[in-house]
Amino acid sequence: MAQIFGPSSNIYSKLSIVLAALLAGGGVTLVMAFERSPYKTNENVIYTQPIKFSHDHHTAAMGIDCRYCHYTVERSRSANIPPTELCMNCHSQIWADSPMLEPVRASYRNNEPIEWNRVHDLPDYVYFDHSIHVAKGVACFSCHGDVNEMPLIKRGASLQMSWCLDCHRDPTPNLRPPSEVTNFRWEPPEDAGDEYYAHLAAEANLADRQRLFSCSTCHR
Amino acid sequence: MSTPETRSAAAADPILVPPGDKEILSPGHDAASVTKRIAMIPEGRTPIWMFGVFAVSFSLVGLLLTAITYLVFKGTGIWGLNIPVAWGFAIINLVWWIGIGHAGTLISAILLLLNQDWRNSINRFAEAMTLFAVACAVMFPLLHTGRPWVAAYWLLPYPNTMMLWPNFRSPLMWDVFAISTYGTVSLLFWYVGLVPDLGTMRNRAKKLWLKRLYGVLCMGWRGSARHWHHYEMAYLLLAGLSTPLVLSVHSIISFDFSVSQLPGWHTTIFPPYFVAGAVFAGFAMVMLVAIPVRKLYGLEDMLTSRHLQNMAKVTLVTGLIVCYGYLCEFIYAYYSGNPYERFVVGENRPFGPYNWAWLSLVFCNFLAIQPLWFKKVRQSVVALWIISFIISIGMWLERFVIVVMSLHRDFLPSSWDRYAGTFWDWALYLGTIGFFFSLMFLFIRFVPMIPMSEIKILLPEAKVKGGSHH
Repeated sequence: MAQIFGPSSNIYSKLSIVLAALLAGGGVTLVMAFERSPYKTNENVIYTQPIKFSHDHHTAAMGIDCRYCHYTVERSRSANIPPTELCMNCHSQIWADSPMLEPVRASYRNNEPIEWNRVHDLPDYVYFDHSIHVAKGVACFSCHGDVNEMPLIKRGASLQMSWCLDCHRDPTPNLRPPSEVTNFRWEPPEDAGDEYYAHLAAEANLADRQRLFSCSTCHR
Repeated sequence: MSTPETRSAAAADPILVPPGDKEILSPGHDAASVTKRIAMIPEGRTPIWMFGVFAVSFSLVGLLLTAITYLVFKGTGIWGLNIPVAWGFAIINLVWWIGIGHAGTLISAILLLLNQDWRNSINRFAEAMTLFAVACAVMFPLLHTGRPWVAAYWLLPYPNTMMLWPNFRSPLMWDVFAISTYGTVSLLFWYVGLVPDLGTMRNRAKKLWLKRLYGVLCMGWRGSARHWHHYEMAYLLLAGLSTPLVLSVHSIISFDFSVSQLPGWHTTIFPPYFVAGAVFAGFAMVMLVAIPVRKLYGLEDMLTSRHLQNMAKVTLVTGLIVCYGYLCEFIYAYYSGNPYERFVVGENRPFGPYNWAWLSLVFCNFLAIQPLWFKKVRQSVVALWIISFIISIGMWLERFVIVVMSLHRDFLPSSWDRYAGTFWDWALYLGTIGFFFSLMFLFIRFVPMIPMSEIKILLPEAKVKGGSHH
């Protein structure tokens, strides 16, 4: 009787063992890598907006403080999207005829808000409060990235839970004097050591770390 | 070896030489007739009755798929769960199915290590039951999350983007490890045992594609002395690995209850009592399936009366251990002096609103097994089948009593409530029964359900040479 498998079957059978292991390992690695990649998290992804608003121009070049537009950030959970009227404070005078700003004027005329696309959107089961982070001395920069260098706004971080916990388990490296939170050019003092940050943490009343990563701190 | 004439006569109908009451194989058999007898089932045509039973079990699979679809669509609100009875059919059915699997592992592993050669005829069959029962069981914990596709990343510990690990102090987490280990080891054990028989099937196959298929499945088995040497070592090691699982899996399942502080759950008897209950339910299920299959395929020469009698004895012993557990629960409740526990166990079970469940349980798991003391009953296939059926119901009721009756009377009478499974609870349960039997029928139809290689060890010619393969 003829053989049902040729001699090459030996190599195939051995290869299949290696391949199965590689496929299983590679598949898991691929899924885990995808989970952490910008394809999934949208980190550094530019969101299209109805108006090409440049944060770079308004903050770095014009020197406007974040809080001029996002004025509820110190008092509220949400750092507000400025109303059209606030844009018009300046743009009724400057670039008042620019075709680029027509949607702003249209919004003002028709009394209809501009529909911006939200860039940093946390899941609904997360309780997040801007005011407490700002009050403790966590800078805008820490979560939103170099907004002062973004002609078009992009997502500054992955917003994954591990990213939140990175800071909640040890916030000190991200602390600065609360007066400097909106300053994108702030540098810690030359002689800043552990003592400096410990002082900031103590000022911010962050000695009790347990409170920062209890489940119900963020999931209420 | 027997002469050609006797061999052909025996192969034609070995049952002409019926097995004695103590024999585990008909004396008419030799190596060729054993192979022929077993291999002809997957090789032959599908018997008419198979279409009938498969139609029934497969329609239940349809019901299962419908129940799962609706569950995913609507959420677990379609079940009868409430507060305080937040655990219902899902956990009852999980425990019931996992328990049923235990006979397979016990037969395969412990009886092998104890050199009980009667196990050789039933181990593959029972082990297939284990696999299918585990498949049914795992559906419930996955589905009760309401989102089975995300259950995998909630349950398994791995470095994830939430920087979170499952709660390793929770018995529900231990379940994940216990059941997945159990499923994996059982599958390996079953498959390794199947390899020599797949080799035989390859040699017997007529069509080239079938030869190739069996050739791949048996991983190039040639039956050389070296192959046998490695095979038996692997089989023995897997038996050693499986043996602790017989005891550990259901112990861990019992921790789901006993680790919590609820009266009716919080007792130290639970692990041994659950393990005994699992083996008890498992053997009942083996008999429940084996008795009709043996009759329909005329396998009385290989699944002899001795097998059924032995299984009946194991059933009786484990059943009595379970009844001892019931008794202990009452004694513990009394001795604890705790009024809540005394109420839940001593009062609510025999006299509460669900006392019908408890009384039926006593009937099914205590009274109904008492006839097994008598040899005449153990020799009667009809009696054994009926008793097995009653036990299967009884073991489901046992979990119902433990889960529902302990929960529905909360510490505060203001929280008391009643619980009943809804249509979808029952649909899912019956659906898994259909799924189990569909897999069982496919297994019987396409896989040699009795291990040819291991039956041959039982032949007189294997023993004349002075050594067995063990």
